[in-house]
Amino acid sequence: MLIFINDYLIHGIVIGSIYALGAVGVSLVFGNLRFANFAHGSLMTIGAYFALAIMHNTGLPIMLALPLAMVLTGLLCVGLDKAFIRPFRASATIIPLIASFGLALMIQSAVQMIWGPGMHAYFPGQITRPVEIIEGLRVSPRHMWMVAAALLFMLALHLLLTRTKIGKAMRAMADNAELARLTGIDTERVIVATWLIAGALACAAGVMLGLDTQLRPMMGFELLLPIFAAAIVGGIGQPYGAMAGGLLIGIAQELVSYSWLGTGPLISPSYKEGVAFAIMVLVLLIRPSGIFRGRVYS
Amino acid sequence: MDPALYGYMLYGISLLTVGGIYAILVLGLNIQWGMTGILNVGIAGFFAIGAYTGAILTTPPSPNHLGGFGLPVPVAMVTAMVLCAIIAWMVARLCIRLRADYLAIATIGIAEIFRLVIKVEIWATNGARGIHRIPKPFEGLPEPMNQIAFMLMILGIVLVLYLLLERAFNSPWGRVMIAIRENEPAAKAAGKDSDKFRTQAFVIGCAIMGLGGALMSQYLKFISPAATEPLIATFLVWVMLIAGGSGNNRGAILGAFLLWTIWSGTEILAGWMARMGLIGSDMLTQVSYLRVFLIGLLLQIVLQKFRGGLVPERRVPMKAK
Repeated sequence: MLIFINDYLIHGIVIGSIYALGAVGVSLVFGNLRFANFAHGSLMTIGAYFALAIMHNTGLPIMLALPLAMVLTGLLCVGLDKAFIRPFRASATIIPLIASFGLALMIQSAVQMIWGPGMHAYFPGQITRPVEIIEGLRVSPRHMWMVAAALLFMLALHLLLTRTKIGKAMRAMADNAELARLTGIDTERVIVATWLIAGALACAAGVMLGLDTQLRPMMGFELLLPIFAAAIVGGIGQPYGAMAGGLLIGIAQELVSYSWLGTGPLISPSYKEGVAFAIMVLVLLIRPSGIFRGRVYS
Repeated sequence: MDPALYGYMLYGISLLTVGGIYAILVLGLNIQWGMTGILNVGIAGFFAIGAYTGAILTTPPSPNHLGGFGLPVPVAMVTAMVLCAIIAWMVARLCIRLRADYLAIATIGIAEIFRLVIKVEIWATNGARGIHRIPKPFEGLPEPMNQIAFMLMILGIVLVLYLLLERAFNSPWGRVMIAIRENEPAAKAAGKDSDKFRTQAFVIGCAIMGLGGALMSQYLKFISPAATEPLIATFLVWVMLIAGGSGNNRGAILGAFLLWTIWSGTEILAGWMARMGLIGSDMLTQVSYLRVFLIGLLLQIVLQKFRGGLVPERRVPMKAK
């Protein structure tokens, strides 16, 4: 049982928190701008590298570098939207999707040009050992920090969406953009807020991914599909659903390689990513509105 | 012959050969997206299935991977197409009713599952190390005749496909496809089973992509998961179609050759700049990323300024009977 928790469940919760942070951004952008943002994974990557650059150039601790990088990534999103997505507001949803596809490659190659194709680490050579919390239950302190930070960001998002004017406007627009415009909501302002939040959370997800393993130019792009999976499972346009979907996909991915039957892993760990894709395709087919009854956009 | 001139000739041959293989992939996508409006972002998956099917059926026996069937190359090419068609039909059965963005996400997810299987099932595919010694048609001929013959075969296939697709586009069948792309409810109201037609377009397009994959593995004489990365097998094909002119077969072919010339030309330009001392040789990898950046930017410019591409679709007005 303890092996199950230590080696499988905790990893699932950690990776699930990262997916959740990413998926919230995908879900918000899909809900308010009506397109699947294929650049979201690359935004996570560049956010992680922003934090790295701030730490290395100013010597700030990661606790301060992270919020700065989140602001930077959010502003980058607003700029990219102005240049590459905004011209297509009135077009079919497919055109901004293709544009975001190109944007993903541009961001990724920019990362490779600036920081090189190799790996980086926030704390090179430093290994964190798991500490025993209670008899037999071992958790790495870094993982505890990461999950705590993810919870904090989720709580902040919840307060923003329910207690502030712009948050309520965002929910209204996700619900019915036309009606929101008619009631006097400045939809362009809502879109700016959406990008700021999506970018900031993408950056947080990227930094956590970098803390969990290492920084690589492909790190975010490789997570794009599990994150889409999480957003779809949770129901598009449902930030809370995206959080649940992220945890669900993350945990499911880890748990399938546990030795449920007999001694060997149920499904080879090499197929971990495949599990996320398979869940996503299944949800798309069986219940495209997601488990939390999000919107299905035609 | 002057060795420099000979080198340029070989380069020209390789440009036309690979450009031709890309033209085949782009024509396949043009049936799906240009004609019917199916957003398939899983080209790499069918490209990989075609490439590995061709490779496994034709290579000599090897302890590292499945093989030793020693089938003739044309048989392998046809099998690759048929297998891709069957798999595409199964995918379409599941997914074709999904619309726009959802279909895009599903196809890229399914393609990545295919690529994952290829990476993981080492007994069949030799994993990341890939399959070597893939037979290439005409390789028995003396240099450079073998390369010229292979190039002519590719260009011949492009021509045949072009003629077939032109007929398809201008047939009643093609007009149904375009009607579905333009206004699906109206096409349905006119009694057209749109899911059936979309499935047909998806299956035919994917079979052509499988053929492209088999030809690429023959050209390279080697296939590995790295050669089926979405960047080169999906993204580049999409930019070629959009830049060339989606919905227009000539545009699709032109886009393939043009983009491939830019893509491979920037590599040569970078090498030349390094030799001239304009950039340090340590900059070479950096420059290869710059070209991905520039191709991405080119896509944005085409999308914003030349939505129809270089050769926009021709809309032939219907004549009254």
